[in-house]
Amino acid sequence: MFKSDRNTLISLGLLSITFIILFLTYNVGGSWSFALAFRGKKLVVLVLIAIAIATSTILFHTATQNRIITPSIMGFDALFIFIQTVLLFFMGAIQFISFEGIAKFLVEMGVMVSVFLAMFYWLFLRGNRSVYLLALTGIILGIFFRSLVNFIFRILDPNSFAVLQSELFSSFNAVETNLIFIAAPMIIACLFFVYLLRYKLEIIALGKNTAVALGVNYRATVFAMLAIIAILVAVSTALVGPITFFGLLVSHLAYQITKHQNHLNLIIISSLIAICTLVGGQFIFEKLLNMQATLSIVIECIGGITFLLILMRAHKK
Amino acid sequence: MLLKYTLALISILILFTTSLFVGVGELNISGYLNGSHEQELIMLASRLPRSFAVVLTGSALAIVGVIMQKVAHNKFVEPTTAGTMDSAALGILVASILMPQSSLMAKMLVATGFSLVGSWVFLRILKHLPITNPLLVPLVGIMLGGVIGSVAGFIAYEADLIQYLSIWISGDFSGILRGRYEMLWLTFGLSIGAYLIADQLTIIGMGKNISLNLGLNYRAITSLGLIIVSMVTAIIVATVGMIPFIGLIIPNLVNRFVGDDLRQALPIIAYVGGCLTLLCDIAGRLIIFPYEVPVSTIVGVTGSLAFIFLLLKRDTNV
Repeated sequence: MFKSDRNTLISLGLLSITFIILFLTYNVGGSWSFALAFRGKKLVVLVLIAIAIATSTILFHTATQNRIITPSIMGFDALFIFIQTVLLFFMGAIQFISFEGIAKFLVEMGVMVSVFLAMFYWLFLRGNRSVYLLALTGIILGIFFRSLVNFIFRILDPNSFAVLQSELFSSFNAVETNLIFIAAPMIIACLFFVYLLRYKLEIIALGKNTAVALGVNYRATVFAMLAIIAILVAVSTALVGPITFFGLLVSHLAYQITKHQNHLNLIIISSLIAICTLVGGQFIFEKLLNMQATLSIVIECIGGITFLLILMRAHKK
Repeated sequence: MLLKYTLALISILILFTTSLFVGVGELNISGYLNGSHEQELIMLASRLPRSFAVVLTGSALAIVGVIMQKVAHNKFVEPTTAGTMDSAALGILVASILMPQSSLMAKMLVATGFSLVGSWVFLRILKHLPITNPLLVPLVGIMLGGVIGSVAGFIAYEADLIQYLSIWISGDFSGILRGRYEMLWLTFGLSIGAYLIADQLTIIGMGKNISLNLGLNYRAITSLGLIIVSMVTAIIVATVGMIPFIGLIIPNLVNRFVGDDLRQALPIIAYVGGCLTLLCDIAGRLIIFPYEVPVSTIVGVTGSLAFIFLLLKRDTNV
């Protein structure tokens, strides 16, 4: 690790800790134990999804050999919402609620990973398609899934709709804190596998031919990466709902400031940036400016502009 | 030829009549012909306005789409893939906040101004993109629309107008009544205006150099086209709401059979646009009868599928 990277890591780490402390302790009016427990849960969720989104985006960039499209730009978080809606539609509200806990999560993850792999195969592995075609197809697929979800909403009876709404419409302010105990182990397990794969990732990044020549089982590794991405996307979508451009934003910031771009460095630095953005942003918007629920809108706006700039800069080179 | 016209006329008449008699309020042909007052009211105050509104909106959107495709030299451009619709919605939002007492007409003018600026910004950005990659154009346009939309979302959230905004975002004909849709006839006039400059628009579509060589005032025609586009978009967003993809799918569909000459293609584009939108609206009314699925949802599902088909099909052709 270069020295400059160590400095970056230390300063980002300190910044994250500062924001975390501020987030937990700023302006606690009443009971400290209540406030800490309440804010603590929310903090854990924010940190979890920050790591999940940053890691999945960087893995996706490596797996697809480009830095423009991300899982959420490809409409994969809309896919997860679609899967949940379809499950509810075919199971009915009562089964959907009683089918709680780990079993439900595992079924959802299983469906998500298989559909994700099928879509990935269909879009990426058949033929050599340009990044722009993929990005555009992904965005339209996202619109397609969202319209379909809207459509299913309309034909659901009001009871099922209420169930689904509480299930799906989580946001930064209404995070699904009761999912923590399932989500946290899954994310940690994913990170552990990423850590095991860390050397192979560098080789995958060199491209298929080089990777195969160097003796890496390319197909198996990429599929393992995709499964991890699918789970991370599903978990973060279940926790806070879709945020299209967040992954793009933090990964590109990380590409800018990381000197030695191995995956371990990139993932840690982008996760720290993500934590600073989410926890710091939430602190500033909710506590200082007293503007609730606007953080996601601001992230979308800045992320959208970043994406435009990346697109316009990409062809100039 | 005559047979074709007759068939076309018959099919839109069938669709239109179906649209008149599909709905929650009891309305049947025999009752209407017997002259019951209530039946006449349903017909004149709700069904007839709605059916006209659907046809006018569908054909105007399809025409606007093809104009944008000519002006931007790209067949994937239409009001929702160029930021025009989002600009219009932002315009109405700003007008409602700054001058809440103003008439719908005034708000529409503000919206027209906003969508003009939005389209202009989009065309400025296009100048920096390479012509070699046509897919970049809709991609940039959708992103621009997203950014403008999030600005609108931010303003609406702070002003407590999120619900108000969502009315324009999801296009729906169920609120159309006599007295609340007449503005849409303006789009009919604007469409005729577009037909009058159809030849010039066809030439514009061939590129700037060819247009100038042929003695055309390129800037003037481009601006005229954009003004028509912006006015139509503003009127439709204000009365019906946003409806995606009609302007994209229908010109591309018609283009396969008729070719690029707009003088020939424009009436057919308008016709197909009106028919298909009518079909979507009738489907929306029937699927969960007596409730309704908004037309923007139906068009969103079918239109995005068609768009993906166009994209991937084009890819295998190349």
